Amino acid sequence: MDALALARWQFAITTVYHFIFVPLTIGLAPIVAGMQTAWVITQKERWLRLTKFFGKLLLINFALGVVTGIWQEFQFGMAWSEYSRFVGDVFGAPLAMEALAAFFVESVFLGVWIFGWDRVSKKIHLASIWLFALATNLSAFFILAANSWMQHPVGAVYNPETGRAEMESIWAVLTNNTLLAAFPHAISAAFLTAGTFVTGIATWWMVRLVRSRKPEHVETARTVYRPAVRVGVWVMIVAGIGVIWSGDVQGKLMYEQQPGKMSSAEALCEGTESAEFSILAIGPLHAGCEDVRHLISLPGVTSYLGTGHFSGEESYLPGVYDVQEEYTERYGDVTADGEAVTYTPPLAITYWSFRLMIGFAAFSVALALAALWFTRKGRVSDNIWLSRLGLVAIPAPFIACSFGWIFTEVGRQPWVVAPNPTGIDQIRLLTERGVSTAVPAGVILTSMIVLTVIYAVLAVVWYRLMHRYAVEGAPQTVRDESPEAQEPDDSDRPLSFAY
Amino acid sequence: MDLAILWFVIIAVLWTGYLVLEGFDFGVGMLMSILPRGDKEHREKERRVLVNTIGPVWDGNEVWLLTAGGATFAAFPEWYATMFSGFYLPLLIILVGLVARGVAFEYRGKIADAAWARRCDLAIQAGSWIPAVMWGVAFGNLVRGLLLDADHQYVGGFWALLNPFALLGGLTTATLFLLHGAVFVALKTDGDIRRRASRLASGLSVVTLVVTGGWAVWAQVAYSVPWTWGAVVVAAGCLAGVVVATRARREGTAFTLSAVTIVAAVVLIFGSMYPDVIPAVDGGVALSVADASSTDYTLTVMSWVAVFLTPVVIAYQAWTYWVFRRRLSTRDIPAPAGLSWQKIKDAAF
Ligand code: HDD
Ligand code: HEM
Ligand code: HEM
Repeated sequence: MDALALARWQFAITTVYHFIFVPLTIGLAPIVAGMQTAWVITQKERWLRLTKFFGKLLLINFALGVVTGIWQEFQFGMAWSEYSRFVGDVFGAPLAMEALAAFFVESVFLGVWIFGWDRVSKKIHLASIWLFALATNLSAFFILAANSWMQHPVGAVYNPETGRAEMESIWAVLTNNTLLAAFPHAISAAFLTAGTFVTGIATWWMVRLVRSRKPEHVETARTVYRPAVRVGVWVMIVAGIGVIWSGDVQGKLMYEQQPGKMSSAEALCEGTESAEFSILAIGPLHAGCEDVRHLISLPGVTSYLGTGHFSGEESYLPGVYDVQEEYTERYGDVTADGEAVTYTPPLAITYWSFRLMIGFAAFSVALALAALWFTRKGRVSDNIWLSRLGLVAIPAPFIACSFGWIFTEVGRQPWVVAPNPTGIDQIRLLTERGVSTAVPAGVILTSMIVLTVIYAVLAVVWYRLMHRYAVEGAPQTVRDESPEAQEPDDSDRPLSFAY
Repeated sequence: MDLAILWFVIIAVLWTGYLVLEGFDFGVGMLMSILPRGDKEHREKERRVLVNTIGPVWDGNEVWLLTAGGATFAAFPEWYATMFSGFYLPLLIILVGLVARGVAFEYRGKIADAAWARRCDLAIQAGSWIPAVMWGVAFGNLVRGLLLDADHQYVGGFWALLNPFALLGGLTTATLFLLHGAVFVALKTDGDIRRRASRLASGLSVVTLVVTGGWAVWAQVAYSVPWTWGAVVVAAGCLAGVVVATRARREGTAFTLSAVTIVAAVVLIFGSMYPDVIPAVDGGVALSVADASSTDYTLTVMSWVAVFLTPVVIAYQAWTYWVFRRRLSTRDIPAPAGLSWQKIKDAAF
């Protein structure tokens, strides 16, 4: 493989890996903050137990989110230096803002939260976890601003002298319509992920305790785990609606901004009105458009997703061939080997990743509905299938998120910075021109192997810790450690939450 | 003032913040098997004291690095692109170290098992020593200059980065951070370990004075401009002060002095680089502050952001140091809260 292919694989592997931990942190932090708020307000012990329980899982997860993020920040310059030169004037700003405005708050106040149970007052301690939760969401905003600008460059001009993009309006970059759709979509997907996680674990615990038939266990199931199930379910419902709504908005923008992504996601070869949404297609998708047969389709749905119309002239969607023809006329790029550039992303990947993103949400929907029904009106359940569904559903939204990103990023190809068809389309960069020229392939191969091995080891450790701490359950006894609840001169007691 | 110059100074300030703060938590990590004494159980307790002195703050310290990286990307894209692709392998090694120690800090206490703790301690030490040395090597090369072609691409190769001047730079940062960490432990702990840390620091400060002094004079004479002699003198004076202060058990003063030494070192480094961000070596082209910088608009936006946010960041970070100001000793360490190894092993589906 050449340096370009290696750099792409490396970026894909490390970023998808980073985004395993990210959605759980983003969604779980506010949920834990909510549980702690419930404890501070109601003083009911169950909320403190749940805070400690899910808080510990949050910390185990957060650690890997942080360490994998460090590499992300550096790899633009290391492996994609020509890309960095081209976009730096615009793209670096949100990245620097993310660090200054979000990462500092995140790391500093998480430190206060972990070590501060008995050091700061209850209110300040509660404020710390809220600041942490807000900062994780804010960091998502800035990084998505950077990413959305690559999908749809705005607020900048191309300077032919330097050959670089130059920023004209930070406001335009931070209010990019692509961003205003991608941010709610990614955030609600994160809440769906965390909601499923909380519901899945709490459901399993509830069923397990009820099945033990011991009265005190059933009581715990009712007073501790059932409330957690309900919290998780409501987060899932609201987030699920958000995901669908924002996904629909994204679809319409995509039709305007990256028509090639839309048509290849549907394996739509010729432009057509009232385009069908294909649920199952067969044929050699990897070879291109020919011979693709759509077995099951929903009439008009793709047109609706892209244009808001099921049928008629306004529902027209361009096909893969139309986009290829139009882009060739407009840009006519040639590759390093002198061949004409194909302006269609890999069909098989875009087609399937789009479907898998949506499809994997089915597990969350099923779990939300089942858990809502079995815990209605104060009930607890001993249904073993409910607890199995809970466990099976947990990984599903993680997988959906990965496919969402794979769709977004692979569907942008061959561009790393896609031209903005309604704006100044000189700002564009082919992926193959973004890679570092000073770094030999062997060096990138080395880093890819090193990172893959380390990440694999970390994945095993992470999984075992998460699993085992989830099986350990909420602590049996908790005590109020806050300074308000302490004896005045008992400053010699051991620390509450030491490493 | 020219905004590009302002940003050159801001980047230097961000690196100062990073090296002063993470410098002592590197040092604490490097001391993990040097400082603890006594029987097995007591050593384990002392190691937990060490980890806990930096527990609430190390991650916030590391964000100074992320900010320096992000700010370089925003303000000097050419510098970011050239330096990071040129330093590919050294940066990879540094980042692997940072990953290892970060995970080890967070997961060490999650499993109550001696073998697990040993493995984590290994990761903490490797992950502290390696970056402590490598940052010095990297900055040594920036002071000396890199072989860039006319397109600002680094063409010198990996082995050229391991020249004697840069390697001595690595030794310099390693001893500086080790000293800084020892002084920090003396400041933040109580009991036996505090005394040992103090003693170690006063010995180390002499070694550091020699190594750092040697490197600084070399840098000054070979690569720098006259005014940075000031920084060399300040660094030497502060290190001499550390010798005195640790002997007198004035830990707060000693810590301030070792911090100022690091500030002076950064001033020397950035002062010698200016007006370039990457000076030239024979046969190469330099990358200047002016050529590397972003447009005025971007720099203006970023200046407003930095002017508003940096003081706020410093304020709340300082506040957390105050919240966790109490000295720790082995008496503060509770029984391990992690799960047993057997339980973790049984957990795999
Ligand atoms: C939609 C959200 C999102 C996306 C797309 C990314 N990240 Fe991320 N990142 C986060 C959301 C996040 C977070 C929620 O803020 C994290 C994850 C878990 C965590 O610990 O903080 C984080 C951690 C994190 C850290 C460590 C911060 C710290 O020390 O506290 C860095 C340096 C980055 N990320 C950088 C990146 C870069 C350069 C990305 C682009 C390729 C990226 N992240 C994608
Ligand atoms: C965190 C979620 C993300 C995931 C899972 C993800 C996934 C991917 C994948 C799969 C590729 C490879 C595409 C290919 O092989 O053609 C890629 C490429 C890339 N992505 Fe992302 N991405 C994410 C976020 C981002 C963000 C936030 C940015 C920018 C800030 C970004 C910038 C890039 C760049 C520069 C490339 C390399 C060029 C390329 O091959 O397309 N990605 N990403
Ligand atoms: C009806 C359901 C959904 C629709 C219509 C939808 C639509 C979309 C579209 C059109 C994109 C691509 C945006 C672009 O390339 O510009 C996208 C990306 C993405 N989707 Fe979905 N989606 C749905 C469900 C989900 C679910 C259930 C999840 C995860 C739990 C998810 C997670 C993501 C993620 C993480 C991305 C990449 C980030 C982004 O561009 O925002 N989506 N989605």
